[in-house]
Amino acid sequence: MSDRLYAATRKGFFTLDRKSSGWTISKVDFLGMNATMLLDDPRDGMLYVALDHGHFGVKLHRSPDGGQTWEECAVPQYPKFTDEDQKKQAESGEFGARRDFSSLQEIWELTPGGPDQPGVLWAGTIPGGLFRSADQGSSWQLVRTLWEREERWRWFGGGKDSPGIHSVAVNPADSQHVTVGISCGGAWVTEDGGASWQCRSTGMRADYLPPDQAGDPNAQDPHRLVQCRSRPEMLWVQHHNGIFRTTDGGRQWTEIEDVLPSAFGFAVIVHPEDPETAWFVPGVKDECRVPVDGALVVTRTRDGGQSFDVLCQGLPGKHCYDIVFRHGLDIDSTGARLAMGSSTGSLWYSDNLGDTWQCLANHLPPIYCVRFAPRR
Amino acid sequence: MPRVVFTANLNRHVDCPDVVVHGNTVQQALETVFADHRALRNYVVDDQDRLRTHMVVFVDGQPIKDRDRLSDPVSEASEIYVMQALSGG
Repeated sequence: MSDRLYAATRKGFFTLDRKSSGWTISKVDFLGMNATMLLDDPRDGMLYVALDHGHFGVKLHRSPDGGQTWEECAVPQYPKFTDEDQKKQAESGEFGARRDFSSLQEIWELTPGGPDQPGVLWAGTIPGGLFRSADQGSSWQLVRTLWEREERWRWFGGGKDSPGIHSVAVNPADSQHVTVGISCGGAWVTEDGGASWQCRSTGMRADYLPPDQAGDPNAQDPHRLVQCRSRPEMLWVQHHNGIFRTTDGGRQWTEIEDVLPSAFGFAVIVHPEDPETAWFVPGVKDECRVPVDGALVVTRTRDGGQSFDVLCQGLPGKHCYDIVFRHGLDIDSTGARLAMGSSTGSLWYSDNLGDTWQCLANHLPPIYCVRFAPRR
Repeated sequence: MPRVVFTANLNRHVDCPDVVVHGNTVQQALETVFADHRALRNYVVDDQDRLRTHMVVFVDGQPIKDRDRLSDPVSEASEIYVMQALSGG
């Protein structure tokens, strides 16, 4: 089990350690800076933190010694936006706020490559970019095979002005098999290391589109996509319009209906050894992003979505307005410990699969990403 | 020769001393600085070499007009201030 927990927040990067007295905040790095993503690479121990300075742009820092020392490394860079790009964007129409495909806006996901790919990292970014590094972030290459798909011009922002890649799942048994989740662009899969891609979102449903387009695989808004480590063909999605599951690697998705108190949310985690067990943190709905009746709960299924437990012990039951963002919920590599951080700076922990929760902090900055350190 | 001054807040993140440079435009002046301070570039300009959305450059007290190509002229005696825009925070 992991005794270290990280939180990337609006105003810094927090490290918590479990000691004999319990969990304590042991370190704060990048105080005052907007930390949007983090990764503690289980293969080599390199720790990464992505920052969005606002004025000065997006940066990436890495630490080889658990955060004692940091160095700035490279960030993904977008290609020159050409006249042909402008023409294609104009022809594709706009889907809301004007999209900007020309420059890095956020590192929204960092995922290590497979165990057979030392130093390889994947970065999902806004606007709609998937990047790969072969050298621990010293340089990045845009995955042009996905970027140059004509469908990309029809991706659009969900909650952000421009589309973004927030989920990258590398098959633990086959590092050439990668699944990505895009808001809004659906789920895309490569089985040949990125040489070719397929959109696999059939079965998802988009209520924010005219009815005849609701099933368009390329227009789906999976808020978060996760893959079961021991059964990589089994994936879960917390979608803008509900909860979906696939048992065949995304070829067909099935909606999980009648989830109480709500099927709306952002985060999802799946147990690493049991693909039938997954957790969600519901909100009322897209137009009212707060817990139902002001009571924060976690929903858990242990039977593939046939039924759900509503878990609330240790969580605030009145006048709670915390939302858990896409990367704000995590499970450690053993499947024994869970943690979640909220939009209003609360951090909770559970060591019994969510049956009860312990509040570790109440007054942190807004939390974007919570991740356990790998067990070493 | 024009003098380039960066907001002190940038010093927290990257080395950016005041420098006197050659150049007839803001772009030429900044490129001269970036040549000696490579890490500074993407703190000031974006992936298309445009001035970042929430940055502002003043030449002799006036904000520049061309944020995309930084073609505003500078003179031998110009002072170029690279600042944060309040729109960004």
